[in-house]
Amino acid sequence: MGGGLSEINSEDWHLHNRRTRILRFAALLITAVLLLVSWQALGVRYDYAISAPVYLSDLLGRMFPPNAGYTGEILGPLLETVHIAILGTILAILMALPVAFISAHNTTPNKITYVLGKFIISFSRSVNVIIWALFFVIVFGPGALAGVVSVAVRSIGFTAKLLSEAIEEIDFGQVEAIDATGAGPFLILIYSIVPQVKPAFVSIATYRWDINVRAASVLGLVGAGGIGVELQTSVNSYAWGSVLTIMLAILGVVIISELVSAYFRKKVS
Amino acid sequence: MTNSENNSVQPDGGTYSGVWSPPSIYYNKYTKWVIYSLIILFSIWSILDLQISLDRFITGLGAGSQLLSEMLPPAATSRQVDLIISGVIESFAMANVSTVVGILISIPVAFMASENLAPKPIYSFGRGVISISRAFHELVIAIIAVVALGFGPLAGVVALVFNTVGFYAKLLAEEIEDMDEGQVEAVRAAGASPTQVLIYGVIPQVIPRIVGLSVYRWDINIRKSTIVGIVGAGGIGITLLNAFNRYDYDFGITILLVIVAIVMIGESVSAFVRGRVS
Repeated sequence: MGGGLSEINSEDWHLHNRRTRILRFAALLITAVLLLVSWQALGVRYDYAISAPVYLSDLLGRMFPPNAGYTGEILGPLLETVHIAILGTILAILMALPVAFISAHNTTPNKITYVLGKFIISFSRSVNVIIWALFFVIVFGPGALAGVVSVAVRSIGFTAKLLSEAIEEIDFGQVEAIDATGAGPFLILIYSIVPQVKPAFVSIATYRWDINVRAASVLGLVGAGGIGVELQTSVNSYAWGSVLTIMLAILGVVIISELVSAYFRKKVS
Repeated sequence: MTNSENNSVQPDGGTYSGVWSPPSIYYNKYTKWVIYSLIILFSIWSILDLQISLDRFITGLGAGSQLLSEMLPPAATSRQVDLIISGVIESFAMANVSTVVGILISIPVAFMASENLAPKPIYSFGRGVISISRAFHELVIAIIAVVALGFGPLAGVVALVFNTVGFYAKLLAEEIEDMDEGQVEAVRAAGASPTQVLIYGVIPQVIPRIVGLSVYRWDINIRKSTIVGIVGAGGIGITLLNAFNRYDYDFGITILLVIVAIVMIGESVSAFVRGRVS
């Protein structure tokens, strides 16, 4: 070791060994090629792309000032958006509870139910709320009901997944203790499992509600109720002042719901 | 568990009520019932306000089963298969481009929004950009971008980039705020300029997070690129909407299954890469 110091040439020093360097270089190269190929595939017209900033700033210019007189008209739809999120979340929780219990490996009755639970979770999660809305608008007709059901169906996966993870982390000693008193499966559920997952439950529910407020703001684009209906009407009639009013309203509601959700999650954690 | 107060325990020590009640998080049992009844009242108000009736729901179930029978089995003609393939390629390309562009914009925003690096006014600006970007659903941005830039993938890319910035910059800024200050101080003590401090003191610490988040966001952008088409912003979503509008439900369900497959593939790739990085 001693004496070696003078022989080390600073040119030879590298942060990573050769293999890591090659891997990193390869990853960058693949990303660059993928980016180029993708850009080509989009077939973006360059005159469009170049004029994009001009159009966008022109649009922003037309949005100001926001149409303040429109505020009264959008209060109703705004409230509807919040209601869709609330009912959708409640419905989702009701449906997610059984799913969560069968997809947690320590409470599931058998292997088949476990797989079924995991399947419901991933299926609900891989279809976006707006696609569910397309489907339910055909089923229930345009309006808030379709919105509520799509928000609910979409949220099952998320809620059940997080809840089943909370169930998997419970202290099993408490379950055994209640079991030892001679309680049946239902009583075990109520007195040993439910109290342990209650805080997680509250935080998951409010978190999902917060996400759902955002999701409910676009349901109207496919006719499923809420502020999205107004947004589409205003955009289609180029009423940019009203568009900005709606966007500010959405911003306000989203920020409030985020604060509410953060408050509840802090309270239970 | 956070429950701390047991209301049935009498503070004077001698007299217990004799009835045990479970510990509660609420201040007292009245607060508890007020909160529960508020939740119930609010739900009832929601139902009344939305004018949801049971028979509409039941009629809907009938319509739903009819819709399902029209959807199954999934089918597509060879021309429709071509439509699906070109739509999927477009969605995939949109996701790739918007992830890269979005990250390039996000990284400086993340530095601005880190409390330990940026001075107060810049910090507030960075946080403001993040809040605005996070507040809007990608479809809200997409519908405006479509009018401003015309139908097609460019509008979709703009919407996805806009949406990427809030997510990516927020999570990266949190990582930067959690980093080891000692390394930054060491680089600064060596006489480095602010840019050099960023490059040699900050970035090496957050590189794994940058890579992990990029792949995660790519996965999310794949999901979103399949739906922005619903407002005309390119990708497979346009094909899906057209199929539904033409009552071509067996083609619609085919597209839906393709979307689910893409989303699941994207998720597995992202999970695999993130597992390798961390």
